[in-house]
Amino acid sequence: MATVLTHRERNGRTLELGLLAIALAIGVGAYALVGLATADTLPVDIVGYSLGLVGLSLGLHLIMRWRAPYADPVIVPVVIALNGIGLAMIYRIDMAYVDRGRDSAFAERQLGWTALGIILAAVVLVLLRDHRTLRRYTYTAMVAGLVLLMLPLVPGLGAEINGARIWIRVAGNSFQPAELGKICLAIFFAGYLVTTRDTLALAGPKVLGLQLPRPRDLGPIILAWAVSLGVLVFERDLGTSLLFFGLFVGMLYLATERISWVVIGMVLFVGGAVLAAQVFSHVAARFEGWLNAFDDDVFNASPGGSGQLVRGLFGMANGGLFGTGWGQGRPDLVPFAESDFIIASIGEELGLTGLLAVLVCYLVLAERGMRTAIGVRDGFGKLFAGGMAFVVAFQCFVVVGGVTRLIPLTGLTMPFLAYGGSSLLANWIIVALLLRISDSARRPAAPAGGPVSPEPEVPGDEAEPGDTQGFSTGQGGGSDHQTEVIGVGELRR
Amino acid sequence: MSELTITLLRLGYLVLLWAFVLSAIGVLRRDLYGTRIVNRRRPGSRKPVAASAPAAASERSAPIPRRDVGPRRLVVTAGPLRGTTLPLGSSAILIGRAASCTLVLDDDYSSSRHARVFPQDGEWLVEDLGSTNGTFLGRDKVEQPTVVRPGTPIRVGQSTLELQR
Repeated sequence: MATVLTHRERNGRTLELGLLAIALAIGVGAYALVGLATADTLPVDIVGYSLGLVGLSLGLHLIMRWRAPYADPVIVPVVIALNGIGLAMIYRIDMAYVDRGRDSAFAERQLGWTALGIILAAVVLVLLRDHRTLRRYTYTAMVAGLVLLMLPLVPGLGAEINGARIWIRVAGNSFQPAELGKICLAIFFAGYLVTTRDTLALAGPKVLGLQLPRPRDLGPIILAWAVSLGVLVFERDLGTSLLFFGLFVGMLYLATERISWVVIGMVLFVGGAVLAAQVFSHVAARFEGWLNAFDDDVFNASPGGSGQLVRGLFGMANGGLFGTGWGQGRPDLVPFAESDFIIASIGEELGLTGLLAVLVCYLVLAERGMRTAIGVRDGFGKLFAGGMAFVVAFQCFVVVGGVTRLIPLTGLTMPFLAYGGSSLLANWIIVALLLRISDSARRPAAPAGGPVSPEPEVPGDEAEPGDTQGFSTGQGGGSDHQTEVIGVGELRR
Repeated sequence: MSELTITLLRLGYLVLLWAFVLSAIGVLRRDLYGTRIVNRRRPGSRKPVAASAPAAASERSAPIPRRDVGPRRLVVTAGPLRGTTLPLGSSAILIGRAASCTLVLDDDYSSSRHARVFPQDGEWLVEDLGSTNGTFLGRDKVEQPTVVRPGTPIRVGQSTLELQR
């Protein structure tokens, strides 16, 4: 007989502060290096910039000490580092555009969005005391998510930029509502799947050693597939469509542990995408630019050519193993180097070494989300945290896969790095929600049970070491607590 | 700036980046190595179940004779949920696959409402709730509410549970 014990949980806030210091050094250092390389002096506003970034991060840190003291200590530093690298890279591309006589102030606006994102995360942490309250809004979240997904199709509100209709224009600002939609849909999928997972996990016919679900349970996945195909066809954006369907299939797998759902989902999506490529020219152009990127005609095709993709690849090749250094490359030669292709810009200036470090940061972030999902005790929280961690990782895969020509290019943006207010705000909200869930996952269990035995305790007995461990014979030591102590009340919802 | 400074700054930045990544992973090491699995009893010291309660007591490092206090928790000793403990309060514990159970088993061999462990007159009893595969206390099938002694294994589907002090 054995039992799993963990070391006494420290809440890790001090560790977080240390990591935060390095993360801020990365962000501010990058900003300073860009200035040194492009203008040979430190940027004029370096002091204000550093103070702003440090102030915002410390503010968030203090809010967490106050409202989420047991939250994961790694999430915030990783995100701050990514955001800082993104800001410096956008500033660097601004410099390059200004050198070429183009007026450009992406960095300032992105700094504003960062500040707003961090404040929004703090507000979510303060207002949302328990993630389980979100479960009550399961179907509200579904409606909100679908509306946000469809909003760009509304005439007069939606705007078509570069062929994709995934933007809305409000008061002069363009906004990608699907970014917020993915949070709403994650809430809905988590709430929906936690109640229907048992049915969806029931076994149906077995084909080629694969346990398929029952045919009558295929309804939800077909519906999600139809919606994602609708997004692909009407909004002309493979990325949003893939993200939405991938989120559903990923969470379905998390909920049911049946690999057959993943297989069915992939078959459905690839089938649908190939069909769409036959029927619709804009989808076909994306495929052509992916498969025959180095073809002269495809490279020079004016809309939907592969010029951007190939220039990005050349940029990364120029960077090589260690990169050209901040401010030393020419990332501005790639169209949309500050948003869709920021990964190529980073690959050029920081090299493979730097790009891998950035990707490992994302890996750590997704791992923390999954670990939170394992640790949290309620089914809704598990699915929700797992789904959000999955969606961040999946978005990274879709973007980096597109830029490196592994999959067709999509219009998604790299979370935290790329220029774009909606993406930044949505991802900071995701961070706040993950912090909230990880706080309840890592909070030490309250001393279990009350007095149980009808007889009064013998005071001398309790002083005996190891007694609280029941029958531990001295090996266990009294200092650890069980990983999983399920309070009786907790499971009765 | 000299070429050397630029190169040093460039490589220094990459070193800083990896220092951050590695220290973040260093914090996460506790996840991988932070748990350990210990045997609650020394191997080979398992006595027949009926005698296990006094045997365990005599094994203690401090041989203070204990008064016979009631069990304090229900422990899953085998099966997918091994290591799970439930504190015993004053209310019954429902075991089965249904989400409404106190101890939810993910086990095809257990029924949705499989068995119940409940206190009566200072003792804990186990009762089978008409399950398909039955509940076993030690080697005997539970036909009617039966008193459970601490240390006696209760088998529900693929899981084994026991009461502990």
